Amino acid sequence: MGDMKFILAISFALFFIGAYGFLTRRNMITMLMAVELMLNAVNINFVVFNKYLYADKMDGLFFTIFIITIAAAEAAVAIAIIINLYRKFKSIDENDIDTLRW
Amino acid sequence: MILDYLSLMRFEVLALGAVILLLLIKVFSEKMNISAILGFVNFSLLVILGASFIGRPHGSMFGGMFLNDGTLMLEKSIITFATLLISLQANNWLKNHSSYLEFYLLLFSVLIGMYFMISSGNFLMFYLGLEMATIPLAALAAFDFNRIRSAEGAGKMILSSAFSSAILLFGLSLLYGTTGSLDFGTVSRNFTSGSLSLLGLSFLLVGFAFKISAVPFHFWTADTYEGSPVAIATFLSVVSKGAAFFIFITILYKVFGAVYEKWIHALTLLSAITMTIGNLFAMRQLNIKRFLAFSSITQAGYILIAVASGTKEGMASIIYFLLIYIFSNVGAFTVVSIICDKTGKDDIDDYKGLYKTNPKLSIAMMIALLSLAGVPPTAGFFGKLFLLTSGASKGLIVLLVIASLNMVISLYYYLKVVKVMFVDKNENPIENISSHISAKIVLIICLIGILSIGFINCIFEYIHALSFGI
Repeated sequence: MGDMKFILAISFALFFIGAYGFLTRRNMITMLMAVELMLNAVNINFVVFNKYLYADKMDGLFFTIFIITIAAAEAAVAIAIIINLYRKFKSIDENDIDTLRW
Repeated sequence: MILDYLSLMRFEVLALGAVILLLLIKVFSEKMNISAILGFVNFSLLVILGASFIGRPHGSMFGGMFLNDGTLMLEKSIITFATLLISLQANNWLKNHSSYLEFYLLLFSVLIGMYFMISSGNFLMFYLGLEMATIPLAALAAFDFNRIRSAEGAGKMILSSAFSSAILLFGLSLLYGTTGSLDFGTVSRNFTSGSLSLLGLSFLLVGFAFKISAVPFHFWTADTYEGSPVAIATFLSVVSKGAAFFIFITILYKVFGAVYEKWIHALTLLSAITMTIGNLFAMRQLNIKRFLAFSSITQAGYILIAVASGTKEGMASIIYFLLIYIFSNVGAFTVVSIICDKTGKDDIDDYKGLYKTNPKLSIAMMIALLSLAGVPPTAGFFGKLFLLTSGASKGLIVLLVIASLNMVISLYYYLKVVKVMFVDKNENPIENISSHISAKIVLIICLIGILSIGFINCIFEYIHALSFGI
């Protein structure tokens, strides 16, 4: 149980570092990387809970595999859109991409 | 045996069949008649819609991961119906588009994702359905290849939806840690109001608030609506939001019904600020698509009143309101799409003097806007009446006062657009547009729906019989 606390502390830290990065960085690739950090924090959570608390079933591990797969699909579509944007704006900085304003 | 399974998964199997057929067409035939393919697609949507009227399957599959019953069938047929309307509305636009086949491949993938999301009985299935409904939708939002804004709106959408999924997943992981399961029933039984599980629940709520674009998680909405093609903006505002609301109430009532006191205040607050901020921003919009985007945010705020009530009447009124909302919003967006297709204009100022040149379109737009504003005798009035009644039955008086004030304010900006069309003078108004036949059909269906649905009693009773409360 002692180990679990440390690992959970790491995953919480990782999640909030990712969230902070997403909200402060303006480069779209970096924002995508920040989201990946958050998803990795989720993965750590699932694996840790599964190993230390519910080792008799594999729910958490399965969920982790699905998250990794879907994160890859999401990154593929996001990068395709970002490349498309770069061709039009010659930049992937959120501050330069500003034809839409509220 | 296999037939039972197929009948239980009829929506998913049929939509998957359509996807496979479209892929085969794409691979094996170089030149196909565009009209034939569009006709085939609309026909298959009609078949899926028709399949919902045969029999009443009830059961679960894959160890409780996939559920189906009368309520879910109703919800799925509502989103299929809305998709059919949008597909007809987009018909003319797609005829001049180079990648119309890919458009439908992605659209059907989104539909399959939504079906699985609505039918899920397990958080894993829910997450898979949710992502399958979001990722292709971001690609669809970037489908106007010539306009820069389309890619920009899509970029904002995919980034914010990835962010919100990550938040939602973090909540799910905490719930898994405290309850030891991902199954809805087991999570509901093992849920204790410890601080870790409540933290998980609040992360889950934030994730959902992104999906239904409630304030303060609404920043992507207006940009994406303005950037994406009109058909996709309609889809986002009607189908996407509807599906998110359906699964939201299912999860809240089924899984977290026992801890109602814990989330009611969060939802009340979310509802109040969503309608107020949505209203205030809608007032100052100059672009008609952004205007409709903020109007749809406001409507989400009204729906949250009934979600917060947690009663059987509440759920019935949400489904009823979303049905009416399909007619009103698709009607308004169809007029926008007809005009945007022909002239490329989408500012509210361009609509000055529209009544002089296009009286029919202006009247259709007026009726749709009045229904959105909730003026009797349009259906929107009855929808909002039921929403507020369900809130009143739980004694959410403060929320109801805020809602009624907001409805008065919203009347101002809906009527402002009507005034622009009917009263304002314009030197060179939009010329007379003869709209395409499929768009005409959509407009007629929407108008009939708006004007008649409020007076047909049995619809609400049917929905009410299928709903459930906490």
